[in-house]
Amino acid sequence: MSGSLGLPLEIVLGTLVLWLALALASVAVSRYPEVIRSLFFVGSLGSLALCVAGFLAITRAPQVCVLPLGLPGLPFHLRLDALSAIFIILFGATTFSVSLYTTGYLKHARYPAGARMALQYHILLASIALFFLADDAYVFMVAWETMALSSYFLVVTDHQEVAVRKAGFLYLLIEHVGALAILLAFAIMQASAHHGIGAGYTFHAMRDSTLPTGLASAVFFLALFGFGAKIGLIPLHVWLPEAHPVAPSPISALLSGVLLKLGVYGILRVVFDLLHAQVWWWGVTTLLIGLMTALFGAIYSAVQSDMKRLLAYSSIENMGLILAGVGLTILFLSYHMTVLAALALTATLYHCLNHAFFKSLLFLGSGSVLHATGERHLGKLGGLIHRMPWVAFTMLLGTLAIAGVPPLNGFVSEWLLLQAFLGATSFPHPYLSMAVPLGAAVVALVAGLAAYVMVKFYGIVFLGRAREPQKSPATRIDGDPWERAALTYLALGCLLLGLFPAVVIRIFKPTLALLIAGLPANAHGHSPHHWFLLAPIDVAHASYIPWVFLGAIGLTVLMTFTAVRILFRKPIRRSAIWNCGYPSLTARMQDTAEGFGQPISHIFVSFLRIRRTLPTADDQTPVYRSEIEDLTWHGLYLPLARAVSWMTGLVALLRRRRIAIYLLYSFATLLVLLVLAP
Amino acid sequence: MPLFAQAINMLAALFLLVAFAMLSQRRLANLINLYALQGLILGLSIGVVAYGTDQPKLYFSAGLNLILKVIAVPWLLRRLVRKLQVQWDRETILYIPTIMLLGLGLVIFAFNASLPLSELAGTINHNTLGIALASVLLSSLMMILRATAISQVIGFLALENGLIFAATSVTYGMPMVIELGIALDVIVGVFILGVFFFHIREQFDSLELNYLDRHED
Amino acid sequence: MNAREIPLQLTQFVLVVGAAPLLAGWIGQCRAWFANRSGAGLLQPYRVLRKLFHKSPVMAHEASLLFRIAPYILFGGMALAGAIVPMFSTGLPFAPVADAIALVGIFAFTRIFAALAAMDVGTAFGSMGARREMLVGFLAEPALLIVLFTPALISHSTSLTVIVMSLTAARLVLYPSMAFAAVAFTMVLLAENGRIPVDNPDTHLELTMIHGALDLEYSGRYLALIEWASAIKLLTYIAIGIALFVPWGIARSGHWAHFPLALAIFVVKVIAAGAGLALLETLLAKMRLFRIPEFLGTAFMLAVLGLLVHFLLGA
Repeated sequence: MSGSLGLPLEIVLGTLVLWLALALASVAVSRYPEVIRSLFFVGSLGSLALCVAGFLAITRAPQVCVLPLGLPGLPFHLRLDALSAIFIILFGATTFSVSLYTTGYLKHARYPAGARMALQYHILLASIALFFLADDAYVFMVAWETMALSSYFLVVTDHQEVAVRKAGFLYLLIEHVGALAILLAFAIMQASAHHGIGAGYTFHAMRDSTLPTGLASAVFFLALFGFGAKIGLIPLHVWLPEAHPVAPSPISALLSGVLLKLGVYGILRVVFDLLHAQVWWWGVTTLLIGLMTALFGAIYSAVQSDMKRLLAYSSIENMGLILAGVGLTILFLSYHMTVLAALALTATLYHCLNHAFFKSLLFLGSGSVLHATGERHLGKLGGLIHRMPWVAFTMLLGTLAIAGVPPLNGFVSEWLLLQAFLGATSFPHPYLSMAVPLGAAVVALVAGLAAYVMVKFYGIVFLGRAREPQKSPATRIDGDPWERAALTYLALGCLLLGLFPAVVIRIFKPTLALLIAGLPANAHGHSPHHWFLLAPIDVAHASYIPWVFLGAIGLTVLMTFTAVRILFRKPIRRSAIWNCGYPSLTARMQDTAEGFGQPISHIFVSFLRIRRTLPTADDQTPVYRSEIEDLTWHGLYLPLARAVSWMTGLVALLRRRRIAIYLLYSFATLLVLLVLAP
Repeated sequence: MPLFAQAINMLAALFLLVAFAMLSQRRLANLINLYALQGLILGLSIGVVAYGTDQPKLYFSAGLNLILKVIAVPWLLRRLVRKLQVQWDRETILYIPTIMLLGLGLVIFAFNASLPLSELAGTINHNTLGIALASVLLSSLMMILRATAISQVIGFLALENGLIFAATSVTYGMPMVIELGIALDVIVGVFILGVFFFHIREQFDSLELNYLDRHED
Repeated sequence: MNAREIPLQLTQFVLVVGAAPLLAGWIGQCRAWFANRSGAGLLQPYRVLRKLFHKSPVMAHEASLLFRIAPYILFGGMALAGAIVPMFSTGLPFAPVADAIALVGIFAFTRIFAALAAMDVGTAFGSMGARREMLVGFLAEPALLIVLFTPALISHSTSLTVIVMSLTAARLVLYPSMAFAAVAFTMVLLAENGRIPVDNPDTHLELTMIHGALDLEYSGRYLALIEWASAIKLLTYIAIGIALFVPWGIARSGHWAHFPLALAIFVVKVIAAGAGLALLETLLAKMRLFRIPEFLGTAFMLAVLGLLVHFLLGA
C-alpha cells in the first residue's frame, strides 16, 4: 500500500507513528527523567521531518490515501494538499522549537509530571498531524477531540492547584461547545452531499455538492462559532487568559502558537474548500468580529499585570487580526476580486506564521523568566537583562516583531493587511466601500496599542532595576542550553520571516491557487528576479524591501558610531542615577505594570470593568487596589449562568413530587410522541 | 472637473470641517468665531456658484450672507454673551472623539441617504448634497448635546447655514424672496432669543436648560 | 532603481542630516521674535551639539548595552526616514525600500527604542517618560497612517514618490479630503515632535515633560545624537507635510535642470512652515497630559473623516 503514497505523506505518517511510539515509550521509561528529556529531543526531529514534508507537498498535487482504521465501513480518509502543507510547515517549525525547549525545561520537573507530559504532549502532536491530514468529517472530529483532550491534560499538568483545575475545566467546556457546533456543521454538509449512503461524510463528497445559500450560511456560522471557540473570538475568548497562565510555559507556547491556528485552518478548510460560493455578509460579519476581537484583546492586554495573561490577551488580539484577514478574503471573493482576495489571504497566512513564531518565542522566554524568578507578576520583576542577557536579547527581537515594527516579521503581515484594506474601495455597495477601508483605522489603532503593550511587557520585565531584589536571581542564569537554542531559533525565524517576505509569499502561492478559484497565474508581481522586493500588486503601487531597510539603518548606525568614536573619545563616567534632588529613590518607585497600563485604562474605561478599593481619609494602613475584570464575564456569562440556574429552578419545581408523578411525565411524553408519529 | 466645481467641493469639505469643529468646541467665544467662519465659507461658496454659473443675482445673495452671518449675527451674539457675562463659560460635553465618532456615523448615513436624491439633481456638484445634509444633521446633534441655551441657538443657526448651503450648491440658488425672508427671520430670531435669555437668566440665575426642566416639574 | 540618481539621493541625505539643526534654530529664533526677545541665533543648535559632543558622558551604573545603542539607532532610523521622503526631487532610488506605511513603521521603531532605553536605567522619571511617549505614539501613529491613506487612495499607491508625482501631475487640483488630512497631520506633527500644546521642548520641570523625561539620563555625545535625531525628525515631518499638501515645485525624476530651483522652493517652504510652527506654538498653551488622548483622538477622527470625504466627493 505504501507504494501508492507519495513521499511527503509517507513522512507525515511516519512522524505520526514516531510520536505515538514516543508517547508509549514515555510510559515505559517514566522513572528515568534523563531518558524522558531525550524523548522530547527525538520528537523535535520528527517536527523537523514534518516541516520537510510540508515543503515537499506544497508544490505537488494533493495526495490522498485511505487508511483501514476507524470503524468498519468508516475508514480514515487522508489528504495532503497545499493548505494542509502550509499549516504542517507552521506546525513542524513551531513544535520543533517547543520540543527542543522542553528538553531543557524538564530538568526541573519532578518525577511523575515529566513522564505524563511526554505522553500527552506526543499524543497531542500526533493528533494535530492527523487533524491536518483529515479528509473526512469522521477523522477530523476524532483528531479534534483527541487534540482537545490531550491539550486539556497538558493544561492541568499542575492539577494540585484549584485555579489550574478551574481554568482547565473552562477550556474543556468551551472546546466542547465549539466541537458540537463543528459537528453540526458537518452534519448539515453530510446530509446535503448525495454520494451514496455513508460516504457523504468525506470532504470529497462535500466538495462536490453545492448547498443552497441558507444552509451554507448555517454551516458557515456554525463553523465560525465552533472554530471561533478555539481561536478565541469574543465572547468565546474567556478560556485563553485563564488557561495560558496556568499551563507550563512550553504548553502555553504550543496552545498559542499552534493550537489557535487549528481554528484558522478549520475555517479556511470549511469556507474556501468545502463551501463553494461565498456571501458578502459572511465576510462583513467575520471582519467585524475580527476587528472587535483585535481591539478588545489589545486593550485588555495593555492593562494586565500577569506576564502570561498579558500574552494571552495579546494572542486574542492577533487572532482577531487574522480573522479580519479571513473576513476580508471572503468579502473580496464574494465580489470575485481574486487578486485582492489573494492579497488578504496572503496577509492572513503570513500573520498565522508570524504569530506562531513570535508568540512561541515570548511564551518560552517567559517560561525561562518564570524558572529563574518563580514570579509571573510583572510588578515584581525587573532588571533581568543583566542576569539573563541571552533570553533578554532574543525576547527583544520577539517584542519588536509582535509590536509590528520593520524590519521584523510582524510588520510584514500588518503591511499586507493594510494594503488589502486600501484595495477595498470598489465594492458595488457604497456603504461597503466606505466602511471597509475604515477597518484599516482599527488595524492601525490595534498596531499602535500592540507596541504600547510590548514596551510595557519588555521594559518592566527585563529593563530597569529589580523591583524585589530577593526575587531576582543572584547570579547569571541564562536558561538551559536547550532553551537558549530554541529561543535563538525562533528569534532567527522572526528575523528571516521579516527580511525575506517575498520568498515566503512564493511558498504560499500553491495554497492561494487552491483556495481562490480563478486566480490569475501571475497575479502577484513578484516574478523570480524580484525575490528581494515585496510588492503585492506592482512596484509603483506599493513596495517594501526589508533587508535594504535593515542594511541602511545598520550602515548609518555603524558610520555614526565610528565617526563619533573617532572624533569624540571622552571616556564614559559611571555614576548613580539622577534622583531629582530626592535622595531616597528606590527600585520600587519605578513604574509598575498597573502604572504603565493606567493611561489605557483611563482612555478605554468604558471597555473595562474596574473594581477599585480606595482608602478612607483616616486610614492607618491605606490600601489602594484596583482590579480589572473581563467585561464578558459580567456582561454575558454571569447573566447567562443566572438565567440557566433560574430555569433549573423552574425544573426543580417539577421535580419535587413523588415517583408516580415522574412516571406520569414519561407516560405523557410517550403518548405525545405516538400521536405526533406519522 | 472644472476648477469652480472643485472649489465648491473644497468649500463643502471646509464647511463640514467647521461643522465638526463646532460640534467639538467647548468655549462659547470660539463657537461664535466658528459660526462666523462657517458663514464666510457659505458666502464664498455662493459667490463661487454665482461666478461659475454666471448668475449675477447670486452675488447679491452672497453679499447678504456675508454681511449677515460674518458680521451682524456674530456681533449680536458676542454682545449678548458679553451682556450675560458668559463668554468664558465652558460646556461640559462628552469626550470629543466619542462625539466625533457619532458624527462620523451621521456622515456615512447622510451620504447614503442623499445618494438617490443627488442622482436626480443632475448638477455637477451632486456630491455636496450629502455634505450639506451631514452638516444639518451635525448641527442637530450639536443642539441635542449642548446644555446651555446660547450654544443651542448657535447650533440652530448653523443648521440654517447647512440648509442654505444645500440650496445653493445643489440647485444653484433659490429665489431671492425666500432668501431675504430667511435672513430677516434669522435677525429677528436672534433678537427675540436674546430677550428670552435675559428673562431666563433673571428667573434662574443660569442659562443651563436643566433648570428649566426642573422648573416644569 | 536608477543608478544615475544615486548622487541625488546622497545629496538629500547629507542635506537633511546636516541642515536639520538649522531648522530647529530657525524655529527657536522665530519663537524668540514672537515673544519679543532677540533670540540665540540660527546656529545655536550646532553650538549645543558641539558642546554636548565634547563633554564626557555620564552613565548610570544600571545602564545596559541597550541604553548605549539606542541613541545610534534613533539617529540611524531618523536619517533613513529623512532619506525616503521626497523633498525636492521625486527621483529617489531609495524610495522603494519603504513606502508610507513603512515610514510610519520607522517612526514606531525608533519610538520603541527610545522608550525602552528610558526604562533601562530604572528611574521613576524614565519609565514615566516612556509611558507618556508610548501614549502619544499609540494614538499619533494610527492618525498619521490614516492621514497618509487619503493621498494613497487618491493616487492608488502607498509609495511616497508616486503620491507626490500624481498630486503634482495635474495643473491644479483641489482635494477636499486633503483639507481634513492637513489639519489632522498638523496635530500629529505637534504631538510627535513634542511641541506645544502636547509637550514643551523647553521645559525644565520633570513632572510635565514627555521627551525631556525620556532622555533624562542621557548626557554628552549620546544626548547630542538624540537631539540631532529629533531635529531630523522634525524636518522629516515638515517635509512629509510639504510633500502631501503643497508639493508643487518639486523636480520630477530625471529633470536635472529643475533641481536647483526645486531645492530653493523647498527651502522657502520649510522656512515658511517653520515660522508657522513657531507662531502656532506661541499662540497655543500647553495642555494637561490627560487632554492629549482627546487631542490625538480628535486628530485620528479628523483623519478618518478625510478618508470618508474622499469617498463622499470622490476626490
